[in-house]
Amino acid sequence: MRKLLLFLMVFAVYVLHQDFWWWREYRPLVFGFLPIGLAYHAGFSILAAMMMAVLVKFAWPEHFEKAPAHHPPGAAGENGK
Amino acid sequence: MIPALIVFIYLGLVLYIGIFASRKGKNTGEDYFLASRSLGSTVFLLALFGTNMTAFSILGASGLSYHRGIGVYGLLASSSAFVIPLTIFFIGTRLWRLGKRFGHMTQVQFFRDRWECSFVGTVIFALTAAMLVPYIIIGVMGGGQTLQAISQGKVPYWCGGAIVALVVMSYVFFGGMRGTAWVNTFQTLMFICLGTIAFVLIGRNLGGFEQIIERLAAQPETAALLTRQRIPLEEFFSYTFIPLSSIMFPHVAIMCMTAEKVTAFKKTVIFYPICIMMLWLPSVFLGVVAADQFPGLKPGQSDDVLLRLLTANTDLVLAGVLGAAIMAAVMASDSQILALCTMFTEDIFAYYGGKRRFGEKTQVWTGRAFVVGVTLVAYLIALALQDKEGIFDLAVRFAFSGYAALAPVMLAALFWKRSTKWGALVAALWVAATVLGTWYLYDSTVAIAPKPGQPPVQIFPALGNLFLRTPGSITHFGYLSVMPMCLGSALLMGMVSWLTSPPSQATLDKYFPAEKWNPKANELQPSESLSHK
Repeated sequence: MRKLLLFLMVFAVYVLHQDFWWWREYRPLVFGFLPIGLAYHAGFSILAAMMMAVLVKFAWPEHFEKAPAHHPPGAAGENGK
Repeated sequence: MIPALIVFIYLGLVLYIGIFASRKGKNTGEDYFLASRSLGSTVFLLALFGTNMTAFSILGASGLSYHRGIGVYGLLASSSAFVIPLTIFFIGTRLWRLGKRFGHMTQVQFFRDRWECSFVGTVIFALTAAMLVPYIIIGVMGGGQTLQAISQGKVPYWCGGAIVALVVMSYVFFGGMRGTAWVNTFQTLMFICLGTIAFVLIGRNLGGFEQIIERLAAQPETAALLTRQRIPLEEFFSYTFIPLSSIMFPHVAIMCMTAEKVTAFKKTVIFYPICIMMLWLPSVFLGVVAADQFPGLKPGQSDDVLLRLLTANTDLVLAGVLGAAIMAAVMASDSQILALCTMFTEDIFAYYGGKRRFGEKTQVWTGRAFVVGVTLVAYLIALALQDKEGIFDLAVRFAFSGYAALAPVMLAALFWKRSTKWGALVAALWVAATVLGTWYLYDSTVAIAPKPGQPPVQIFPALGNLFLRTPGSITHFGYLSVMPMCLGSALLMGMVSWLTSPPSQATLDKYFPAEKWNPKANELQPSESLSHK
C-alpha cells in the first residue's frame, strides 16, 4: 500500500510538470517581475525537493548500508571478478 | 585586464585546492579514482551537482532563453529537478551498494560481471567513451574563448585554452577524484552564490526588472519570450527523457560510488532540485532580460549574453569575480577527463591483465599518464578545429540523447533478473545507430531548416511527419528523437533478453540475493527466515 501511494505521488508530481495551463500568459507577475510560467516551474522545483524528502522518509533503502564491503579494495578490476 | 587577473587568481586557487587534495591521498587505485569511497554528504552533493553542470547549463541556457523564452526553464531545469534526483535515488544508490560490495568502479565493470560478458562490456565502453570525448574538447574550447572574452582579447584563444587545459590537467593528475570533488564543490558554491549576487546587481543597475518585463510584453516579437509559446507541447513532453542521461554519464555514475555512506545520498536527492533552481532561474531569466538589452543577436552570438550583461552592469572587479564563476562552469571537463581515465585503466588496462602484471601503483601512474594524454589531445583538437566548434556542440547535444537511451540498459541490469548481455548489446548498437542517424539527418538538412518561429519542414514528404526538421533539431510527429531512442532501446532490451539465455544462477544469486531487510532487527535476513517469523 505504501509503495502504491508513493508511486501515485511521483506520478502526480510528473503530471504537474506537464502543465499546459498558463502556456500563453505571462500574468500574474510573481514578485512583480517573474512571469507566471517561470514562477510555476520554480515552484515545481521546490515541489520536486519535497517529493524527494517524502521518498527519503518512507522508501529509503536502509539495508544498503549493511552491504558487506569488498576485500581487498579494487579486487573487481581484474577480469571483472 | 583586471577581470582577467581575477580569473587567473581563481585558477591559481583551484590549482591549489586540487593539488592540496593529493596530500590526503594514498597511492592506491581506489583512492586515486574514487577518493577511497569516502566523500561526506555535503561534498558529495556539491561535487555531484558541479559534475553535472557544464558551460551549457549557464551560458547555453541563457542563450537559449534569449531566443525561446522562459519555457527553457521548464524544458531543461524543472525536468532535471524531477528526473535526476529520482535516478540518483533508484540507480545511484544501487550502484554505490554494488561498488561497495563487489569493488566495481565503473559501469562497464558492473555490466561485465552482471551479464558474464567481455565483448558487450567493451562495446558499451567504446560507446560511452566516444560520447564523452566531445565534452572534453568543448571544455577546452570554452576555456580559451571565455578567457579571451574576459581579457578583451589580450589573452589569445590558444593561450587561454592552454592555461585552462594545464590547470585542469594538473589538479586531476595530482588530486584524482578527491581533488576533482573538492574543486567541484568549490566551483558549485561559487557559481550559486555569485550567480545570485549577479542577478541582484544586474537588476538593481537596470532599475528593477518590472519595467523591462513590461517593455518586452509591449513588443509583439518579444512578448512571446515571457510565455512558453515558442516551445511546442510535444517537445516539452519528450524533453523529460533527456535528464535520464545524467546517471548514464560515466563521470556521474562513477561519482555515485565515491560516497562514504548511503546516507550521503539523502541530502543530495533532496537538495538537488533546489540547487538547480538557484542556478538556472537567474540564468534563464537573465537570458530573457538580455533580449531587451541586446536585441537582434543570432543563435551563435547569444551564448555570451550573460557575460555581456555582467560587463555592462557591474564594475570591473565584480565582472572579474563573476567571470571566474562562469569559468568554473566552463571547466567542468575535469570530472569527464578523470572518468575517461578511470574507464581506461579499469575497463581496459586492469581488465586485460595490466594490473595483475604490473601492480596497482603502475595502474595509478598509467591513469595519470592517460590524463596528460587526453588533455593534450583535446587541446590540440580544440586548437586545430577552432572554427569547427559547431561540430562538437552538435556531438554533445546528440550524446545527451545517446546517454539517455542507454538508461534502459542500466535499469534492466539492476532490476530485471532475466535481462541478458545480448539484449544489452542490441540496445547499445541501436543507441549508436540512432545517434549517428539523427546527427546525419540534422547535418544533411541544414539547407532546408526553417528559421525560428517558422513551422517544421518534412524531410521525406512521402513519410509525412515521421521526420521533421525544426530550427534546432530533428523531431518525429513533433517529439524529440530522444523519445523513440529510449523507447526503442527499452523494447530491444526486453525482446532480445526474452529470446536469449539469462546469466548463470550463481551470478543471479550474487546480484539478486534471496534476502530481505528486517527493520525490526535492523539487519538483512534470508527471505525464508524472515517469512517464517
